[in-house]
Formats: sequence, structure tokens, C-alpha cells
Amino acid sequence: MMESSALIQTIRDIVQRHNKMPTRLLQILREVQDSLTWLSAEAINAVAGELGISPDKVRSVATFYSFLYTEPHGSYDILFSDNITDRMLGNRELLHYLSERLGVEINSTRKDGLVSVGTTSCTGMCDQGPAALVNGYALTRLTKPRLDRIVGLVNAKTPLEQWPREFFEVVSHIHRADILLGRHFADGAALRAVLKRGPDAIVEEMVKSGLRGQGGAGFKSAAKWISCRNAPGEVKYVVCNADEGEPGTFKDRVLMQDFADLVFEGMTVCGRVIGARQGFVYLRGEYRYMVDALKATLQSRREAGLLGEAILGDPGFSFDIDIHLGAGAYVCGEESALIESLEGKHGVPRIRPPFPTTHGYLNQPTVVNNVETFASAAKIAVQGGDWFASRGTAESKGTKLLSLSGDCERPGIYEYPFGVTVRQVLEDCGAKNPQGIQMAGPAGHMISEKLFDRRICFEDLATGGSFMVFDHSRDILDGIRNFAHFFVHESCGFCTPCRVGTSLMRDLVDKVHTGHGTRADLEEMRKLGQIMRVGSHCGLGQTAPNPVLDSLDQFPESYERRLRSTAFEPAFDMNAALEQARWLTGRTDPDAYLDEEILQGAMP
Amino acid sequence: MIESKLKVATCSLCGCFGCHMSLLDLDERLFDLAEKIEFDRSPLTDIKELGECDIGIIEGGIANVENVHTLLEFRARCKVLIAMGACAISGGVPAMRNQYELKDCLEESYTRGTGLVDAQIPNDPEIPLLLDQVHPIHEVVKIDYFLPGCPPSADAIWTFVSQLLAGQPITLPYTQIHYD
Ligand SMILES: Cc1cc2nc3c(=O)[nH]c(=O)nc-3n(C[C@H](O)[C@H](O)[C@H](O)COP(=O)(O)O)c2cc1C
Ligand code: SF4
Ligand code: FES
Repeated sequence: MMESSALIQTIRDIVQRHNKMPTRLLQILREVQDSLTWLSAEAINAVAGELGISPDKVRSVATFYSFLYTEPHGSYDILFSDNITDRMLGNRELLHYLSERLGVEINSTRKDGLVSVGTTSCTGMCDQGPAALVNGYALTRLTKPRLDRIVGLVNAKTPLEQWPREFFEVVSHIHRADILLGRHFADGAALRAVLKRGPDAIVEEMVKSGLRGQGGAGFKSAAKWISCRNAPGEVKYVVCNADEGEPGTFKDRVLMQDFADLVFEGMTVCGRVIGARQGFVYLRGEYRYMVDALKATLQSRREAGLLGEAILGDPGFSFDIDIHLGAGAYVCGEESALIESLEGKHGVPRIRPPFPTTHGYLNQPTVVNNVETFASAAKIAVQGGDWFASRGTAESKGTKLLSLSGDCERPGIYEYPFGVTVRQVLEDCGAKNPQGIQMAGPAGHMISEKLFDRRICFEDLATGGSFMVFDHSRDILDGIRNFAHFFVHESCGFCTPCRVGTSLMRDLVDKVHTGHGTRADLEEMRKLGQIMRVGSHCGLGQTAPNPVLDSLDQFPESYERRLRSTAFEPAFDMNAALEQARWLTGRTDPDAYLDEEILQGAMP
Repeated sequence: MIESKLKVATCSLCGCFGCHMSLLDLDERLFDLAEKIEFDRSPLTDIKELGECDIGIIEGGIANVENVHTLLEFRARCKVLIAMGACAISGGVPAMRNQYELKDCLEESYTRGTGLVDAQIPNDPEIPLLLDQVHPIHEVVKIDYFLPGCPPSADAIWTFVSQLLAGQPITLPYTQIHYD
């Protein structure tokens, strides 16, 4: 532990570097933790003191995000990505292997304080797992030999910078490219188009393009931009949603890694159209490995006159972009929670309306769009709306990036015109013997073979891009259980139907999964799911029951073959629940047990 | 034809009897109720043996072996089983011990308390053994209705019972289920 005065100096320096801005709180806490490995009460008080805000406010942020620790934590923090696709690739065995080799229990810190091992939600490396994070940096393609080397590096206290580069290699597997990924884009082309034709013309092209939000909800992007443009307010903002927290999606990772210029250019075009001078990229914490490269790209754009003051020499066109790093909270992908997080607060969704287009960042008009949306907008600015709209279907123009993972030969990114059938996608990625698809991630829909002829577009199967394939060797309920646990972990806890509902749903799924469920439990799942759908405050809770509700309809047999024939089963093992008391009292008389027959006899 | 009265049994498991006090708060409405129902086993009648009943009303959660046996017996003998009050529905105040180890709870009372002579954790077979946690009753048997409140007001109980006896769907007015 650092000396008190040294600790305060470290924190003072960090806070100074962020200009003592409370909106930078999350970024500040990340950096403080990087130096101190965890956020002690003393550190929290010091941050609060330096920023002139209450310690409680700092604590509310420090305790909200999964990647911030308010308990002592290892200098090496290793978190295994625990999405169902990582499980398919055998991550559990690797997790146990590593924890044994390191001599540390899962979800805890080794006694010497050197290393912690645990799990985290999907890290977006589904096409190159099993994956993990070490101090937030992505590790891909883990194997036992690789873990052996990691054990050596940790025990020798080798700084991360000296670990082999190949451990951190993130490959963009682009297997199908269309108009977005396929065509060359000259940096600055979209900006020149805006300058030449003016913002009004660009808005027109956006309207003609029919572009819809690629984050999943599919709101017309032109309408969003126009609404923000017309909203009263001197200062406006552009926010790029690169939180990509939906398990199974990684297309925004590929765009940010290989097409950052295109994304930044789309943001800058938007800035010009709505009259904003400042943009933010909200990058999920799992992608911190690319922060330096992104900052370098931003810098070279400034040097090329494509960003900053007087873009392309036009004194009336100034726009800059800042990168904010998240810290492990799926709910921060929801646009209003994201804005809260950008403001340095804990990420609880706001009440909408008002929408961000009128009351967004710092209550000013703000456009929040997905990474892919901005990339498409940049292309539209150059090529025109008609060009874009010539692809796709009546209601869904252009193309969609799909992130393929799970049981297929070629996992990776596939760009298709909207309207492609599920079957076509399965053929292209080499999915042999598919049983079902989790479309659009856990918040989306689980579909069985019966629906493989449906089309991917807003009129039919809408998606943000996640596409996880389960073949016939898989147990669908393993996936459902994984998703149920995911939502419990990610619920922000603000509203009861979601906070409590996700836990109750997890318990019910676990009960069925372990062979203790009855028909009454399935009924209960449906009722609970309905309450969560209608009663939750934000999209997270509203969609959290989807995997269960869908699979009850699409894969009833995966539940039914596990059911007990009785009408009702207790939710817990009652006899085991007496074990502690038997041990404490030393009792072995008949009344010290609850055996199975007694229980069964009383069930209706 | 004489309409036979419905048989109703009630009991308090791990609760504070607050819900039963609320039941008594029905006051003169108890006379109306007595026209329609007949109490079987209940703290109000002091009948110890549970007969075949139409309705069973349970206060309190499940904290020990005896609670389990009583609840199972109620489930076996009652056609309709009702969870009354916060403790039956969610474990309530007694479930606050769930965040501690049972060992710590017992030691706090029986070995670390003041003025104890021969301090030890009681182990007489007459005393029902405690479960490691307090559970809501629907985790042990199927429950047909839940009547919320801590305790539910006499008015809420009256609305509930009247609707149930009339064979109507249960709808409690907002004023009877808000607690602030
Ligand atoms: C729980 C939750 C998580 C979300 N996560 C993301 C995300 O990671 N990326 C994203 O672009 N949109 C996400 N969204 C949708 C955003 O709220 C918002 O609709 C989107 O960023 C708007 O951009 P678009 O119109 O370009 O799609 C999420 C929504 C919810 C309810
Ligand atoms: S639905 Fe869930 S994530 Fe959304 S506000 Fe409520 S508790 Fe938070
Ligand atoms: S005993 Fe009735 S609410 Fe607890």
C-alpha cells in the first residue's frame, strides 16, 4: 500500500490532468485504480476532495462498474470472458486450470495480493476465444500452454508491456464485405462533400438513404439528426456508442480497429449537420487495448486538417473528438445510461422522454448513434442516399454487419444487404447441423430451424448484429442459463421488476436446469417474464426474459425432458439446509432430517 | 338445500402474529365471515389437528423443520393455499438473518450473550432444528394466492376474502396495497 502522502500526490496529479472536471470522474477512477490496483476509502476520499464533490458520489461510481474495485485486488487482474460462446470453446476448463496453477480461488485474490482471477461478461472476442482480460487488456485464443506461460509471467511479476505481443493479438475476421467494408474510402471525402454541398444537402441524402440505427433499435438516423439540429440550444454534442456490450457482437470492435477514420468522419459530418463542436466515443472498457491507436488516429486527423479547429480550412467548421472508456457495465450501452456515464456518474438509464436529441449530454441536444451508423453515414455523405438505398429491403435500406460465432467453421464478420435469410448466413459461415440461433444477443431472439427461412431486416428479424450458432450437440438450456446469469449481473438495480425479476428468473432456470423443475415453474417463468417486459424501466429489463420466453416456445423439449413428474418441487434442498444446524447441535435424531418421501407425500 | 360452510384453517409459521392481529381487526365483520365459513385449525380456535379444508391461510416464512412439516400438512389438506403477509411472501424481517451464517446467529444469542451460565447452543430434540436460511413459503409448496402487506390491513384481508368466497378474481384497490 502506498504512503498516504504519496497516494494523495498520485491522485492530485491524475485529477489535475483531467482539469479537475467531475465529468471525468469515471476516467479518473480508472487511472487511479491503474496506479493503486484498487480504490480504497482513502483513495475515494482523496478523489472527492480534489474534485470538490462528496465522497458518496465518488463511491456510487466506484461501486457501480464491474471493472472498478473497492476491495483489495491483485496487481494482475485476470477475468475470463464467460459468454456461452467462450463456454463452447472450453473456457471453464481453462479457468479452473489457471486458478489451480496460480494457486488462487476463482473470484478472489491470491494471499500475496499479486493476482486475482474471475469471470466477466462477453468481451467481444467470440470469434477468437476463449478470451480473457488482463488488467483490462484483451487476451485471445487461450490454450493451456499459453496459460502456462502466463502463470510464469505473473509469478515473475513481468510488466504487461513485456508479455509476448501475440497473446494480445486481435484479428479482424472479415469474411464477407459489401458497400461498407468493401469499398475504399478516401479520408476526408465525406467532409469535402459536406463543405461542397452544405449540411442541408447532406441531411437530404440521409433522408433518401433511409439509414436506420445499427445499434439494434432501428430508429431513422436522419430523423434523429434533424430533431437534434432543430432543438434549441447553443452547445450540441455527438456521441458514438461503441459500448458493444451485447454478448456475441464484435462488429463495432472491427470497425473501430480497422475503420476508425470512417467512423470519426461520420461523427464529424454529424457534428457539422447538427452544429456540434464536440464529439465523444464511448468505448467499452473491454476494448481499452485500442485506445492508444485511436488517439493516434485522432491526432493524425487533426494534423491532416480533418479534425479540430477550422476543418479543411473552413473557420466555421470546428469539431473534435474525445474518447471515454467504459468500465464493464452492459447497461451503459443504453443511450441515456451512456450519457450519465459520460457525465461521470453511475450508469442508470434516465426517464425518456425527454430524449437525448433535446436533452442529452449535460442536458444539451445530443445525437447518440452506433459505430456502424456513423460509418454508414460517412459513406452516404460521399456516395449519396440513393446509392445506399439501392441495397436492402423496403423498410431496411443498406447493409448490416453480422458478428458470427458459436458452432460454425468461419466465425467472424459478414456484411450482407438487409433481407438475407438466416439459412443463407448459416451456409456462408459453414454452420453444420445448426439447431438454433441466438439472434441479436440475449436481448434478442432465440430461433429454431423452423424459422431459418426468415429474413434479417427490421420487417422480419431485427438485429444489432449478434448471431450465435448452436448446433445439435449443444444443450439449448446451457445457453439460456448463461444468459439468465448475464442479466442478473448486468441489471443496474434501479427498478424492481428487473433487479428482482432477473434474479428470480435465474433461480427458476437453474432449478429446471438441475432437474428440479416442474410444470408449475415453467408457468411461473412465463408470468414473471411478462411482468419484466411490461414493468421494467429500460430496455435491459424489458428484454431480459426474451431468451427464456422464446426458448419455452421454440425449444420446449429442452425444458420438458428435465421436468419432474410431480406438480411442484421445492426451490432448494431442504435436507441440505439443515446440515449446518445438525453440525452445530450434534443432533442425529429423526427430526433432524427432512427426507424426500415426507416431502413428496405432501405435494398435491 | 343448506349451503355448507367453507372450512378455513390458518397458522403462523415464522411470523410475528401481526397478520393474525390484522385478521382480528376485521372486528364486527368477523360475524359476517362466520356466516360463510367455519374455522378449522387456527390460533383463533385452538384446534390443534388440521382437518380437510377448503382454504388455508399461512402467515410467516419457513425457518425450521416444524414450519416445513406444518406447511406440507396444510398443502396436503387445503384445496386453496394463501400466503398472507410479507414474511410468508418473501421471508420478511426474519429473513434478515439470511445474510449471516446460522452459526453466527446462534452464537450471538447463546454463547456471546451477557449473563449466560453454561453457555451452549441448545440441542434438545424437542426444539425444531433451524434451516440455514429463512425461505418464503412458495419455495416449499405451491401457493395459490399471495396477499401482500406487513401486515395486510384488515380492509385488504376483507376485500380479499370477500372476493375469494364470491369466486371473483382478486383485485385489491391501490389504497389497500400501498404502504407509504
Ligand atoms: C441495455 C441496452 C444496451 C444497449 N447497448 C448498446 C450498445 O452496446 N451499442 C449500441 O450502439 N446501442 C446499444 N443500445 C441501444 C442504444 O440505447 C441506442 O438505441 C443506440 O445507441 C442508438 O444508436 P443507433 O440509432 O445508431 O442504433 C442498448 C440499449 C439497451 C437498452
Ligand atoms: S430495467 Fe434493469 S437495467 Fe434498466 S433501469 Fe431497471 S434495473 Fe436498471
Ligand atoms: S407476520 Fe405478517 S408480515 Fe410478518
